[in-house]
Amino acid sequence: MQHVVIIGNGISGITAARHIRKQSDCKITVISGETDYFFSRTALMYIYMGHIKFEHSKPYEDWFWEKNRIELRRAWVKTIDFEEKKLYFRLPNNDDKEAKIGGSISYDKLILALGSTPNKFGWKGQNLVGVQGLYSYQDLESLEETTPRIKKAVIVGGGLIGIELAEMLHSRGIDVTFLVRESSFWNAIMPPEESAMISRHIKENHINLLFSSELDEIIGDANGEVKAIKTKQGEEIECQFVGLTVGVSPNISLLKVPQGNMIGREKPAFVLGVGGIKLNHGILVNEYLETNIPDVYAIGDCVEHENPPKGRKNIEQIWYTGRIMGETIARTITGKRTKYQPGIFFNSAKFFDIEYQTYGQVPAELSGDIKTFYWEQSSRRICVRINYTTEKHVVTGINTFGIRMRHEIWDEWISSGKSIEYVLENLSKANFDPEFYKQYEAEILKKYNTETGCSLTLKSKKGIFSKIF
Amino acid sequence: MLQKLGLIIFIAAFGLFIGTLGMNNYTLTNGILEKIFKEDALFDAKIELASMVDQSYSNAYTFTSELSEGIKQLNKVYNAQQAWDKKIYEDTILSIVKASANGYLVDNKGFMFFFTFGMAIFGALLFILPEAKKTAGIKNNGIYFNPAMTRKWLGICIGTFLISFYIALYFKPQYIANWTMLIDPVSKLINGGEASRWFMYGFLYTISVLVMGIRYIIKYSHSKYQIIRTLSIMFFQTCIAFILPEIMSNLNLPSADLKNMWPLDYSFFFNYRLDKLLSSGAFGIFLLVWGIALFVVGVPIMVYFFGKRWYCSWVCGCGGLAETLGDPFRQLSDKSLKAWKIERYLIHGVLAFAIIMTVGVLYTYFTGSYNLLGFIPTESLKSGYGFMIGSIFSGVVGTGFYPLMGNRVWCRFGCPLAAYLGIIQRFKSKFRITTNGGQCISCGNCSTHCEMGIDVRAYAQKGQDIVRSSCVGCGVCSAVCPRGVLNLENAETGSRVMIAPDVLLGNLMEK
Repeated sequence: MQHVVIIGNGISGITAARHIRKQSDCKITVISGETDYFFSRTALMYIYMGHIKFEHSKPYEDWFWEKNRIELRRAWVKTIDFEEKKLYFRLPNNDDKEAKIGGSISYDKLILALGSTPNKFGWKGQNLVGVQGLYSYQDLESLEETTPRIKKAVIVGGGLIGIELAEMLHSRGIDVTFLVRESSFWNAIMPPEESAMISRHIKENHINLLFSSELDEIIGDANGEVKAIKTKQGEEIECQFVGLTVGVSPNISLLKVPQGNMIGREKPAFVLGVGGIKLNHGILVNEYLETNIPDVYAIGDCVEHENPPKGRKNIEQIWYTGRIMGETIARTITGKRTKYQPGIFFNSAKFFDIEYQTYGQVPAELSGDIKTFYWEQSSRRICVRINYTTEKHVVTGINTFGIRMRHEIWDEWISSGKSIEYVLENLSKANFDPEFYKQYEAEILKKYNTETGCSLTLKSKKGIFSKIF
Repeated sequence: MLQKLGLIIFIAAFGLFIGTLGMNNYTLTNGILEKIFKEDALFDAKIELASMVDQSYSNAYTFTSELSEGIKQLNKVYNAQQAWDKKIYEDTILSIVKASANGYLVDNKGFMFFFTFGMAIFGALLFILPEAKKTAGIKNNGIYFNPAMTRKWLGICIGTFLISFYIALYFKPQYIANWTMLIDPVSKLINGGEASRWFMYGFLYTISVLVMGIRYIIKYSHSKYQIIRTLSIMFFQTCIAFILPEIMSNLNLPSADLKNMWPLDYSFFFNYRLDKLLSSGAFGIFLLVWGIALFVVGVPIMVYFFGKRWYCSWVCGCGGLAETLGDPFRQLSDKSLKAWKIERYLIHGVLAFAIIMTVGVLYTYFTGSYNLLGFIPTESLKSGYGFMIGSIFSGVVGTGFYPLMGNRVWCRFGCPLAAYLGIIQRFKSKFRITTNGGQCISCGNCSTHCEMGIDVRAYAQKGQDIVRSSCVGCGVCSAVCPRGVLNLENAETGSRVMIAPDVLLGNLMEK
């Protein structure tokens, strides 16, 4: 019986394990040093805010794994011998009390689902007590430990984890200053109007938002605990906690080997890690999620695609891309070699109380052949942006804030190349808001008509009665 | 600050409310006995209670328990004589206690009503209303740090209070006689008489639904669905369940809670109720036909179009209390597969019990025989159901266990009507909770806050619609979802996604 070993019990590793089990009878072992059981990383913020408990973040009950013959092993991997097809575990030390004893395990097929690690850019004081990112369960534990001491906190870096961390700390009555390098929140990803909307909403929630500010250094006290930060603009801000949320990188330290002196050399396309595995920022894989080592695959956050699918970045750290890679690799492992093929891009998030969804491509800056249509409701907390091609008016993407939309409908509209006119006339079909919510399709259409001189009319209304009969 | 003050006022008023149980002096007189008992019974009572008559008691508990002991002795004698018609029930003891009371509370009912109920409502509103100033959105911060909402000491205290309250209400109402006294002014105003224990319960129930309904509306102020649904609950409880029956009886009509129906209203076919309806002319016949049409025609049609939510979370009184007073405890419902198994056995068992019991009762009504099929004693079925399901399960456990097992204990494990509605919802309804493509991030908010203990996430994360007989359609899973994944919808019955797709939307690999 072939033995599949998966390192990492996050969404990608666990999805792979589940789907391999559905399609085959082989032996499956999942190794993690982080937690005994799979939990939802995205729920860490809700645990901290008291919306749920850790046990609620586990998508499957604890008996699930034994019933499905998925062996779980709590340990940190020290190194991998690709030639012998063997993993060696780290010996327990004081740092990881939970990790079990050393030893080794052999595999026939190995899936690396190592996840990410928060970026640290070599700031002075970045290893002080009270300075951390938010990615792992251990991060949550250390944040809990520090919390009683925190009166003021500074968050560095304006991305999704940053705003989540701000909301978390704020929920515990902590005064939060948010340091953003850009001139508006997340404006490398978001068009200006949306970025401005989120910025307003952050301020509405009493977060002290500082734009065009960069961290210079973190200042510690005699106990090695953080007491303040200094910005490059020379401002000093007192704080007992610094959240570093300047993005995450593939967690590949396990595979890295010292590369010698790189000074003066051109940066190569890849380097060779442990056992000759090809690495760059992440573990390099082809379309089939295969690494350059036979029988070794990589999925999820730790992956860097050598030839990313169209419309996709080479490193994409999103919940569902990890899941799709898990689904895909399971096919390959069980005998049907399958390409990684994520479809139309989509994503969602929640900024305090404003929900955000996106389908297709809505870049921060328009390219020449794309036009944009933007509507904002008078409360200035709800908006819709639809991008479409200049020539044929084919929709290419949508951002929606405060209105839920149907994934299925937008996926179909974008992949079948529907025109902006068609989409606006049928927008109610995509509405996914709860019953009785105010609908804005007519208002949105009216704005488009006014701007373009068209006279489009709404084709359908969602209304409760149209749904009943 | 204002909120703290509100909390203090509420706690003080609640403390006073508990304290009123010990107020008053009690003197049983022959005059009282003469008013309550007649002929032989009066003679017996006078002898049995002779030692108590004209004695002044300053301790409510001593008086009530001595009186109850005396009545118990009388009942023992009557039992031995098989003189069933002479047996003395709790309501009679309650009347004696009320009639024997004298003192501050008796003389100042209105004043004491104001300082207990009035101030408790005022304090609660002072605590609740300032929340409206916060920006609209999900307000679940700190739920799991709150000792009341997590089965910690405060939750256990609240549970103990509720359980004791229901035991007293159903089985020993004489010990809470003073609480009915507090409500007398309200009762006088509405129906001209003194408050019975059921009037007191109805009043307390309605106040709870209204005050906690306001809290709920403020908490979910971002959701129009939640606001309208809660207003509906508040309307049905106040007007249809509480006030309308009082008006009916004021008009000398048979009173009925028009929205309550068999089998939740398990005594609907009991002989005394049928007799009353049949002897009350056209209006009585109307109530009989209405009551039957509701569950024979109304339920299937409404559940087909809207799911069982039209009743369970929009109309029903039990559901109304669960959604309002019980909302702080919704996260305590058990989500495990094991709990779901127990739930299915229990609730369908109760439904079967209700049907057999009712068939037996009707059999006896029409044939006069007390043995269904020759060996099932219908009277025992009836009293057994009333005691075990009607009192213990729906009251003591159903509400008393809110802070321990979540706010829908009764609706989930016991309600025979919910079971009936659920069967239709599961097999023939347009209702489902749709999951939105591949957007789910498995965070678990939906499952955690599902009061019916449905593991919503288990469906959402694999792209399967939630079609469950137990779902009452409260809409909270959809509200707490941070990614806009869940939506309560009515559409073609056949379009419900009952089997999860192999791979979720967003993955283009060959299916």
